[in-house]
Formats: sequence, C-alpha cells, structure tokens
Amino acid sequence: MSGMFNVSAAPHTRSPITTKSIMQDVIIALIPAALFGIFNFGLRALLIILATVLSCVVTEYLYCKFMKKPVNPWDFSDVVTGLLLALNLPVSVPIWMAVLGGVFAILIVKMLFGGLGQNFMNPALAARVFLLISFTSKMSSFTLEKVSSPGLKDFLRDGALVLDGVSGATPLGQLKAGETVDLLKLFVGHVGGTIGETSTLALLLGAAYLLYRKVISLRIPLSYILSFAVFALIFGGKGFDVNYLLGEILGGGLILGAFFMATDYVTSPATPKGQIIYGIFLGIMTGLFRIVGKGPEGVSYAILLGNLLVPVIDNLTRPVAFGRERVKNGK
Amino acid sequence: MARLTFKGGIHIYDGKNLSKDKPITELLPKGDLVFPLVQHIGAPAKPLVKKGDPVLVGQKIAEADGPISANIISSVSGTVKSIEKRLTATGRMEEAIVVANDNEYKKIEGFGQERNYMIMSKEEIRKAVKEAGIVGLGGAGFPTHVKLTPKNEEKIEYVIVNGAECEPYLTSDYRLMLEEPEKIIGGLKIMLRLFENAVGIIGIEDNKPDVIDKMKELTANEDRIQVKSLKTKYPQGGERQLIYTLTGRKLNSQKIPADIGCIVNNAATVAAIYMAVAKSVPLTHMIVTISGDAVAEPANYRVPIGMSFSEIVEAAGGFKTDPEKIVFGGPMMGIAMYTYDIPVTKTASALLGFVKDEAAVEESVCIRCGKCHEYCPLNLMPSQLQMFGLHNDYEKFEKNYGLECCGCGCCSYVCPAKRSLTQTIVRTKQLILDKKNDTSSNHN
Repeated sequence: MSGMFNVSAAPHTRSPITTKSIMQDVIIALIPAALFGIFNFGLRALLIILATVLSCVVTEYLYCKFMKKPVNPWDFSDVVTGLLLALNLPVSVPIWMAVLGGVFAILIVKMLFGGLGQNFMNPALAARVFLLISFTSKMSSFTLEKVSSPGLKDFLRDGALVLDGVSGATPLGQLKAGETVDLLKLFVGHVGGTIGETSTLALLLGAAYLLYRKVISLRIPLSYILSFAVFALIFGGKGFDVNYLLGEILGGGLILGAFFMATDYVTSPATPKGQIIYGIFLGIMTGLFRIVGKGPEGVSYAILLGNLLVPVIDNLTRPVAFGRERVKNGK
Repeated sequence: MARLTFKGGIHIYDGKNLSKDKPITELLPKGDLVFPLVQHIGAPAKPLVKKGDPVLVGQKIAEADGPISANIISSVSGTVKSIEKRLTATGRMEEAIVVANDNEYKKIEGFGQERNYMIMSKEEIRKAVKEAGIVGLGGAGFPTHVKLTPKNEEKIEYVIVNGAECEPYLTSDYRLMLEEPEKIIGGLKIMLRLFENAVGIIGIEDNKPDVIDKMKELTANEDRIQVKSLKTKYPQGGERQLIYTLTGRKLNSQKIPADIGCIVNNAATVAAIYMAVAKSVPLTHMIVTISGDAVAEPANYRVPIGMSFSEIVEAAGGFKTDPEKIVFGGPMMGIAMYTYDIPVTKTASALLGFVKDEAAVEESVCIRCGKCHEYCPLNLMPSQLQMFGLHNDYEKFEKNYGLECCGCGCCSYVCPAKRSLTQTIVRTKQLILDKKNDTSSNHN
C-alpha cells in the first residue's frame, strides 16, 4: 500500500457543473443577441461591448489586488455583468460612459457589497439605471442620424451610426404614442432600442440554450411575461389588441430582462414559489411603469425594485421540510 | 403502471456497469478475522469468549447488551487470538474479537438445519432473527429484531423490501436479488407472518428490469406480495423517499416507519432473515461489491464477516492505478478511509477505489442558484442551513428543519460552487443531537 488515501466526509462525487460553467453558459446564451446587436447597429456596438466587458474585468481585478483579496479565479461573472450592461445600452452612448457603467456595476454594486453572491441588486441593471439617471438624454436617445457610408471615425464619434432601415424611435415609444408596430420586424429585431434588446429571436435562442442547460427555469420569465401581459390587457386601455400586446412584450427590454436579468441567481428568490411571486411582482411593476408611468420603458426599474424584495420573498416562502408542519416563528 | 418517484433527488453516473454482470463468487479468508463489537446502532455487544477460546462457525461470540444491540457471530472456526482495539470502516478504533482461522470451518450444532417458518411462532421467528445477529445491512445497522417488534404489530400495513440500491457503483443487492430471489421472497413471507394485516412490497429501481421481471414471475401467485418498479433516481432507496413513493405516506425524522404503519428492510437484510429463520444460518457472510475506476477487476464477492478488505482487493486483482480515494459504501454516503486494512462488517459491504478524488475541489462563494434546494429530497434549504451551521446558529438551524437532513449528499453534489453543504449540515445536526442527549442525561 503506497501512502494514505484522501479522507473527507461524504459525498465523494461532485457534478461537473461549476459556477464558471454556468457563467460560460450565460455568455454563450448572450452571443446571439450580441451578434445581432452588432449586425443591427454596426461595429460600434462591438466597441461598446468590449468597453463594458473590459472595464468590468479590469475593475474586479484591480479591486481584488488593491484590497488584497484573492483575485477572482476567472469565474466569468464579471464578463457576464459587462456583457449584460452593454446589451442594455443604446449604441450611441459615449465610450467613457460605457466604461463608467462597468466600473459602477462592479465596484459599487458588486464588490463593495461583498462580491459575487452578496450584491443585492443586479450589477448590470443598477449600472444602467445609474447611467440613465445621470445622463438621461444620452441614455435615452435612440434617434440617430443616418450615415450612408461610414468611415472609421464615424464609429467612434458619439451617436453617429449606420442605421439603414432602422427607425430611430423605439417600438415602445411608438406604442406609447398610439402607433402600431411591425411585429415581424420586432421579432427579428430590426428596430431601435438598446444593443441587445431588439431581437426577440436571438434572445429566445439564447434563452432556449439556458433552459436546455438547466441554468434557468421558466418560473421567473414565464410568470413575469404572463403577468405583464395580463396587466397590459386589463390596464393598457387597448383591450385585446394583438399588435399592442405583442408589441409591448417583444418591443422593449422585457424578453432580455425576463430571461437574462430577472433570472440572475444572486438577486432573485431561491424557492420555486418565491420565484413565481417575484415574476408576478415584476410583471405588475413593469406594467405600472410602462402604462401608468411617463416613460415607455420600465423593465430595469421593475427588476431593481424586485431585487430589493428578494429577502422578504425568500423569508415568506421558506420551505417546509418533507413530512413536517410549518414551524411558527414564535414557536 | 405509472413509474413511481418522489420530489428532488439527482440523476447521477451510476458506474454499475463495472460490476453488475459479475456473479457472486465466494472468497475464503487467509488471515485472521476481526469482529468489532460495534457493527450496529446501539450498545456494543458483550464478548462471550476470551483469549484462547475455541470458536465454531455460527457461534455467538458476543451478545447483545441491552435492548438496542446485536449479537456477533463467528464466521469461521478457530481460536480467539485477542480482544483488542481495531480500526473499523467508521473511522473509529473499536474493541474487536480477533479470531485465528483454523481453515476447518467446523460448524455449531444445528447450523443449516431446515425449519418450517409457516409453523414457527412469532416468538420463535423474532428469537431466531435476534440470535442470528441481524441488523440493517443497507448501512444503517439498526438491529432487525427491534425493528420487527413494533409497539402495535397489527397496525403495520406495509412490509417493504428495499431493493432500490440507488447508490452508484453498488451491485451487491442487484446480484443477490437476481441470483437468489427466493431468499428475498422467503424473508418477506416470514415478515408477513409477523404482520398479519400487512401487504409486502418489493421496491426495485427500473434500472434493474431483469430483477423486476424475475420477482414478478416468482410472486405471481402470492396475493400478499407486490413487486413495484421505481423510477431510477438517487436517493430512491432512502427510507423516507421509498415509503413515500410506495405508500404516499410522509415520514419525518421525529418518527419511525412503524409509526406510519411501515416496516422497511433492505434486500440483503431480508435474505439474512430468511437464512436465519428457515435455514438456521446466522449472519456470518456479506455480499460485497468492490468497484471503482482504480480497481483492476471489479466484482461481487460473498465473504465472511471479519475478513480484511485488503484480501478482497487482492482477489480483485488489486488496483490498476493508484487510487486517490478509497470509499467504504457508496460514493454518496459512504465513508472515505486512509487505509483499506479494515474488516468486513455488517455495515461495510462495499469498497470503491477512485483514481481521482472528485470531492477534492476548491469551495467558492454561494451564488444563490437554489439548486441545493431544488434537488433536496426533503425540501430543505441547504445553502441557508450551511450558513447557520457555520455560524453555530443552532436555533435557526433547527427552525429551518436542519435536523430533518438525511445526509443523502444531493446538495453537495449539485452545488456549482462546490460548497460542503451536506458535510456542514450533517456535522451541525450531530452537534445539536449530542447536546440534546447531554442535557437529557444530565436531567436524569
């Protein structure tokens, strides 16, 4: 017998799924939307993506170095944050703003609250909202001047983009103004909006991959979208208008938010029941923001508000063990 | 019939192909045999022999000490060499009777005598089981005669044979059920004699269709016995999962199966009951699986209790690659040991050798993915329970049903951050139970 064998408590086998593999799956799932964003808005979209991803990765690395913490073992969670942030920005934002967003997401929202697993808000969304509040006009400007044959400097210049055939106004803006939208264009994504939100097709492809890999379940996205649809049906003031309803569902950040942002593990409830409650809450809040509120969009705010409620929801949906009755708090 | 299952649990690589087609072969021991006095839950057995005494096959060498304890039976004939502390597969040093084998296998009088259990009284049956030293052979080691003596025997409605064998790699129960099904059915019939209001159910995972078919065929004319196919999922063979799957009744940690009208015994235990009652053969042998990717020739052996696992490893051709880890029992709930010079006991019936230690991974932070909860067969929140455990917050641990944990290991298995969830929870649970026992004994 040569030497001794490893000793540890059971179980002695582990599933191949790791935090890293999950994050990689999310990145893979976001690629179709990112690619479509680049196709739709031009190479400048790629530039924004690179800017946010790099600023997230570098910020996390520097923070860990500076705070003398073990440097994050490349679990790709910072890349996911960067990518999601980019997909939530209009293509016309200045690069420095994208970088600032990345720094804010990682430094303020994630690391200062304890790093991965401890942040109480989705970092990418919090950064988006931070930018939206700080630089409202730049962040909500989807009206872009047309450039017929762009040179390199056009890519780098703020807000100068090739957008042949892409209307400046977002579909939600049109709906808010009482117009109708072209549903097919909306589904494919050849419309205005943030880099990653426009193509329902690309997003659903990614979502299907995440579902197949069991990274996410349908509980949050489905309860979110359905409850929003019901809300829009009742309070939208249009009755059962398919164009309006589908326009609202496909036209803004709802699909991106429901499948990729609301399902963020860290900032969503952990119990199945809690996830459904959370989804319904998001649906109602999004409806309130979009229909009752002034602006056309409300997904980001709804999800951030939902994030804040997660501890409460988790507490209220504490599971009861198999074969046991609920233990009363007071006992 | 719809496939039967339960909520939670995992589908896991089962490695059974390595040894499932290897018939049970007998192995004879070469060295001394070691019989630890603790091979069961409860008080250690009291030795009946001393150094230099001759012993025979089937001789009771230590007897149950107290209501929850079990006899120990010699599996060979020879002389008692010593009574000393020996390392067991629990990781503890236990007092053990060491017997030098004379290789003659002289048996005690009456060994192997046929008995007609249909005319034996319940008293005689229970006595036979107790004398034979039978305990739960699935790993728990609870004395079987105690289990077969519930408060109200007429209230038992189900006598369940656990043939799930849901732990990966283990195939000893499979081989037993396939090669000697009459022992299982006979043992079940004996138990049904004790519980006249009960039906007998043999539950088998559907990854063993040949066993299911065979059992169904053999029990076709038995109107009190049903054979049920269970969906293959770990931990289907857990007592609470099995009872729920077969009867729809929910058992928690504060009750025993008899409280909800069930008696559950693992297949090997049932076969042992049959041998003890119908053939007057006490529990002297175990069927062990030796497997894992480091083992040269994975196999199923019938070996005498007390034989060293190192002899069994040798019989299996040794290790083809140096293992990083040796596990006694299955990979989900078995015990890892630093050596395999350990005797076969009633609760250690498998040795697995793994080239790589999959559990030797860095823990990272919880990302709140909720998988541990999703896969927990008892609907617990392992990630939170672990936190309470790490913070020694016993009150919250209990309030969140931490004591219900059955230690099946699903949460640790699925955790993407590779956190030691099961390990911390099981340890915390043990600390709390120990503390409770301390206080209650102080009051006495």
